[in-house]
Amino acid sequence: MNLAAKLRKADIWLIVCYLVLVIIGWTNIYASIHSDLGGSMFDFGSRAGKQFIWIMVSFSVGAAILIINSKIYEVLSFWAYVATAILLFVTIFIGADIKGSHSWLQLGPVSFQPAELSKITTSLLLASVMSQFGFRLNSSKGILRTALIILIPMLLIIAEKETGSALVYVGFIFMLYREGLPGWILVLGGLFITLFITTLTTSPFVSLLILLGFLAMTYGAFTGRTLRVSLIAAASIALLSFLPGLMRLDVFSGMDLPRPEFILLGLSLAGTAVTGYFAFRKRNSLLAILAGAFIAGAMLVFSVDFIFDNVLQDHQRKRIEVLLGMEEDPTGVGYNVTQSMIAIGSGGLTGKGFLKGTQTAYGFVPEQSTDFIFCTVGEEWGFMGSAVVIALYVLLICRIIMRAEKSAEAFTRIYGYCIACCLFMHFFINIGMTIGLMPVIGIPLPFLSYGGSSLLCFTIMLFIFIALDMRQKR
Amino acid sequence: MRDYPTIPRHVRIATGVIAAALILLGKLFWIQIINDKYKINADNNAMVYSVIYPTRGLIYDRNGNILVGNEIAYDLMATPSEIEEFDTLALGGILDIPPEYIRERMEYFRQNRRSIGFRSVPFLKKISPEKFALFAEQEYRFPGFSGQARTIRQYPVDAGGNLLGYISEVDADFIKSHDGYKAGDYAGKTGIEATYEKELRGEKGYKIYLRNALNKIESSYKDGEYDKPAVPGNDIYTTIDAGLQQYSQKLMEGKTGSIVAIEPSTGEILTLVSSPGISTGQLADIGAHYTEMANDPDKPMLNRAVQSSYPPGSVFKLVNGLIGLQEGVFTASTRYPCSMGYHFGSHTVGCHNHKSPIDFTEAIQMSCNAYFCYVFRGILENPEYSSAQEAFAQWEKYVRSFGFGEPLHSDIPSETGGNVPSAAYYDRLYGKNRWGATTVLSLAIGQGELGCTPLHIANLCATIANRGHYYTPHIIKDSPGYSIDNRFKERRYTLIDTALFPSVIDGMYDAVNGKQGVTASMAAVEGLDICGKTGTAENPHGKDHSIFVCFAPKDDPKIAVAVYIENGGWGGAWAAPIASLVVEKYLAGQISESRKVLEERMMDKKFVK
Repeated sequence: MNLAAKLRKADIWLIVCYLVLVIIGWTNIYASIHSDLGGSMFDFGSRAGKQFIWIMVSFSVGAAILIINSKIYEVLSFWAYVATAILLFVTIFIGADIKGSHSWLQLGPVSFQPAELSKITTSLLLASVMSQFGFRLNSSKGILRTALIILIPMLLIIAEKETGSALVYVGFIFMLYREGLPGWILVLGGLFITLFITTLTTSPFVSLLILLGFLAMTYGAFTGRTLRVSLIAAASIALLSFLPGLMRLDVFSGMDLPRPEFILLGLSLAGTAVTGYFAFRKRNSLLAILAGAFIAGAMLVFSVDFIFDNVLQDHQRKRIEVLLGMEEDPTGVGYNVTQSMIAIGSGGLTGKGFLKGTQTAYGFVPEQSTDFIFCTVGEEWGFMGSAVVIALYVLLICRIIMRAEKSAEAFTRIYGYCIACCLFMHFFINIGMTIGLMPVIGIPLPFLSYGGSSLLCFTIMLFIFIALDMRQKR
Repeated sequence: MRDYPTIPRHVRIATGVIAAALILLGKLFWIQIINDKYKINADNNAMVYSVIYPTRGLIYDRNGNILVGNEIAYDLMATPSEIEEFDTLALGGILDIPPEYIRERMEYFRQNRRSIGFRSVPFLKKISPEKFALFAEQEYRFPGFSGQARTIRQYPVDAGGNLLGYISEVDADFIKSHDGYKAGDYAGKTGIEATYEKELRGEKGYKIYLRNALNKIESSYKDGEYDKPAVPGNDIYTTIDAGLQQYSQKLMEGKTGSIVAIEPSTGEILTLVSSPGISTGQLADIGAHYTEMANDPDKPMLNRAVQSSYPPGSVFKLVNGLIGLQEGVFTASTRYPCSMGYHFGSHTVGCHNHKSPIDFTEAIQMSCNAYFCYVFRGILENPEYSSAQEAFAQWEKYVRSFGFGEPLHSDIPSETGGNVPSAAYYDRLYGKNRWGATTVLSLAIGQGELGCTPLHIANLCATIANRGHYYTPHIIKDSPGYSIDNRFKERRYTLIDTALFPSVIDGMYDAVNGKQGVTASMAAVEGLDICGKTGTAENPHGKDHSIFVCFAPKDDPKIAVAVYIENGGWGGAWAAPIASLVVEKYLAGQISESRKVLEERMMDKKFVK
């Protein structure tokens, strides 16, 4: 087949999104380091110039991927995965120490993060394993294999003290959901995060009330008496919420009462016991599950303080505290976020114009051209520019999902979902972090952030999918 | 589980992606379009307003000599975030500071690095230009350190420390209660510096620069289009005669008390000394001396000339005499006897040995106590009034018309009012109608409940010199850019007929220049026609205070002086000669040869060490 005809089958939407994002990234990297000294976008000593070289490299690699036979990915997936895992493992010990993390390998003039590569190989192996004939996600064997494939690189990356990158792997849960993971796992995950955050920001008391409310709603939903149960639950919770206030009354001031969350815990544990007994007598498995869920949830809530104080690292704790508004600290950990929000906020509707940003050009935002590249977009191009970038990502991700769904091959579909999840996690966490919605997790914005290994890896990741997708149009 | 209309999972996922994007857009909309906070912060972030401090107005004396000038000093500023390792010994050597000081400051910066951030903070203040020049040559060796010029006060002559006052860095309370001040600014805290702060301070200007996050200046904002130059403060001309002030201060060395000299024809204060006082050297470095001065039992910061209230003593006989004449209870030719005092019932107001009987002029000349007891009794027992209370109320009115009993409202801060007792006061003390002239007879000779400041007494002297009127005493003249309040230009008449003053003046002339029974012969200066009156204020706590007032020349008064020497004893002994030296210095420009011995004796006398 002739080359041009082959390339014509590549999905034009994906290619266009990719090209536009890469060019936006390049110009903004130039703007973010621009100063009155001038300098060209092609000055190879500058970051913009270096990025240009990487863009060229990425284009070549992307083109090569489209040309070579896409069958090799299924074949290579296992060994590529193993090789990456070894690389990750080795990096723990030989990686250069950059701000406390050991995730970078220094290869001559180029530094490279194996964690970037591992997203591709993990996606490939997941696609390969899960597309095998007879694979069933809802079997214990299937779950175990999938979990192993995801957890091994995740744990290795955590061992490299690069927790932010490990968080991206959590995104694979959306792919698993598409492939048949029960929806309640997603819901439970959401509940887990909610309880975690409310426990930290408000009190275990509030978390327990939320947990009780959630369980009551679940019971209502499963028994078809949603309205009645919701009303009763809402009324009880409303009443219970007065408990701490009530305990502050003068009448009780002399008494040495336990804290309200312990009183509530006592009450609800008594209720749980009654429910458990009732469930046992009536053989009502739903009630039994709910009672168990309450105990698990309560354990989670009361261990969060412990987790927070003992499991998380110092800087992560700080970041969470700042993010949750528990600590005001504009010059400390929150400095990056404050400065980045100032830069973005000052952009207004239409922005200050290309190279006109005062915040970006004068370097108020640290990591300006890497993790905080979105600041430059926000400041110089305003809300309009930001919206365009966000729209491009949404278009890219949705287009991947669409093409994945169209694919007749499970391998292509699963791989597509995998990279859609990765791209989504990067996009949402990174932009969320620059505008104070997410903690400062140092992961790059795909295609925009300065950095060769990141750009190259995302390019490879996307172009493998484009190559796989091309097979549909034979 | 009930069956829901099944939405395909890929649609749910895509919807989730769009929902997440909408959350991001929502937050962006909030910070970029709705909330202004970030735009304002961005301007603060990138623009540096570099303050240009105005030069503070100068303070001149009445002849155009500079009392308070400005000189350049440097503050060495440190930007801790830019400081690299440096040779502390070398820096200490250049600036002449011990290495411990540098270590302490560095430790302080380290502990406060969070709050300091990228800012510059003072490292060492008030470095002389010479030392700073040494530093500037070596500046490259100390990254993160830089100099900031500022003007500080400089005093060419040591004159009028208590009057001038000091300036110091504003504190949090001051900033809260005054507009337009920021930390690091200086403001007048006492004296003229405080009273005329508004004129002297000028207006700060600024230059706008763009800076980066490391606090490095990148460029001038719009080529300085929006910069604002500083407006220098207005110069202030005082009424003080620097030479006379300096001379008077020298005379008061080793003595506690005050000298106030007023130009009667204008009310301008020529000299105002409070001793012990503040030297201008101490003013220049107030920080180093403040605690010491505030705790000094001799109270150098107290301006005795306006803040200490003493009994006026015999000087007050001038007032009682004028009131008696005005009320017609006696005439200048009325003669009263004196036999070593005034005797009533079993009491006596003692007097010294002099001829008897005497007339009014002689009574002033000799400061006869008995004579003024007769006069005072005449005033209070005047048959024109129904009671002593009524007569006393009238007397009080006269006294107050001289400005006694309340602050004169000069432009000197914290002036005290002294005390003139009222009839109501004695009613409370003794009971209504239970007191009379003899009960309060000590007022006749200026003792008892009377209290007045040296400024009051000097003003009385100026009033007599003017034959019945005075101008509110003041220390500031009209200056280019500032005119004084009109109240300083109004003549204020007492309630005494101006025609009655000459007989008092004759007495005062004789008190200094008379042939016999003279109380203040040491105050006589040939050709100056000094008219004076001694006084001795009884002091329950120790030796009496020595008081003297005088003016000269008699027919065209140019200067009126009041001298108070605490614990100086009899008025003629110390206060009179000192006052005469002040007059002579002012009118003749120098002390005549024949009086050099006296001058030396006055200067050498030390009542306190």
